[in-house]
Amino acid sequence: MITFDTRLLAALTVLAVVVMIVSKVRISDVKVLFWFSFVFMILNTFLIFVFSPEHGVTVYGTRHEICHLVWKVYLVKEQLFYLLNIVLKYTSTIPVVILFVSTTDPSEFASSLNRIGVSYKIAYSVSLALRYIPDIQREYHDISIAQQARGLEMASRKQSFLKRLKNAASMLFPLIISSMNRIEVIANAMELRGFGKDKKRTWYSARPFRAADIFSVVVCVLMLAASIVLGIINGGRYFNPFV
Amino acid sequence: MKKSPVILVVAIGIGAALFFVLGRFVAIPTPIPNTNFSLQYALLGFMAGLFGPIAGLLIAFIGHALIDFSYGWGIWWSWVIASAVAGFIMGLASKKLALSEEPFDGKKIIIFNLFQIVAHLVAWGVVAPVFDILIYAEPANKVFTQGLVAGASNIVTTAVVGTLLCFGYTKARPAEGSLKKED
Repeated sequence: MITFDTRLLAALTVLAVVVMIVSKVRISDVKVLFWFSFVFMILNTFLIFVFSPEHGVTVYGTRHEICHLVWKVYLVKEQLFYLLNIVLKYTSTIPVVILFVSTTDPSEFASSLNRIGVSYKIAYSVSLALRYIPDIQREYHDISIAQQARGLEMASRKQSFLKRLKNAASMLFPLIISSMNRIEVIANAMELRGFGKDKKRTWYSARPFRAADIFSVVVCVLMLAASIVLGIINGGRYFNPFV
Repeated sequence: MKKSPVILVVAIGIGAALFFVLGRFVAIPTPIPNTNFSLQYALLGFMAGLFGPIAGLLIAFIGHALIDFSYGWGIWWSWVIASAVAGFIMGLASKKLALSEEPFDGKKIIIFNLFQIVAHLVAWGVVAPVFDILIYAEPANKVFTQGLVAGASNIVTTAVVGTLLCFGYTKARPAEGSLKKED
């Protein structure tokens, strides 16, 4: 997470792409996600350049000018290299995250959280959240249509922004009240079944630890070790080709 | 409200789901182009005020992490942590607010807003940019500008929508001791 070693990030990017291919996730299923993260990546990199066009110089300690752009802004080799690192950081993580999202079963996720040591109450909260997102989304949609039918304007640019916020509150209010009722109903149901009585609980969707799991844990530990070792060799988070 | 641990678990779960839905699918444009009010922080202020700091922390943490996940860019830890800190600080007001028992009047409105302003200032003015620099090694002036813009817009959203939510909720609930035994 901390490392900015270019070589390691490049290797991880290759690995991420390979894993993506191996997983046989259809690209058409995750295209939208890729698109979102791509836009975010471009925007963030662009913002870094605008706010601090010579940040790379402070990172690497040298300055190789390429050409003059506008006003006081110069194109500097160090900056380009620094931005390359930022982009590589994204390309090495985005495919993995998308894979995780598209291959993980929510209830298995909760039981796995519990197994790695998160308290089962928190794990259960996570699984409740995942379970109720579609319901709440549908409810929000219903409320929004109902309120619009009653003449409430939602996101019109013609209104003053205070008015817009007030309208948002009158959309939110029914949602909150119904969610409060929902909380009570679910909590009662769970209490009736004795939730929270014992220190531990079992999970219907728990999975045994298999050889493949141990293999992936080992790979993760190796990657972490690599980033630490490289950090020591580089004397910092960055790999510096300029010295 | 009785503070059963089961209620807390469910409130965190549903709260995180609400946080996610508002943060992911609901866009209220601000006067600044391409930025939206984050209604989820008004909700967070209300939920944290009702259920306390732990609930606030976890609702924001889980909700924000899920939002980041759903966009596919991975969890942007610095901002997730900042959200959690904001939720925690806003939750500290819960004892004084006693939303489920007492009406939400002048003094309470001030307390609520005081806590939310401090919470957002700490979260977006300090926590988010500092972690941005530590984890993602981004330039300082960029992250502080981003943090301040987000903080200011969240303060406004929470002040208007959050206050209205608290007010409406306490109005809708029958006040404690409003029932009298007939003689």
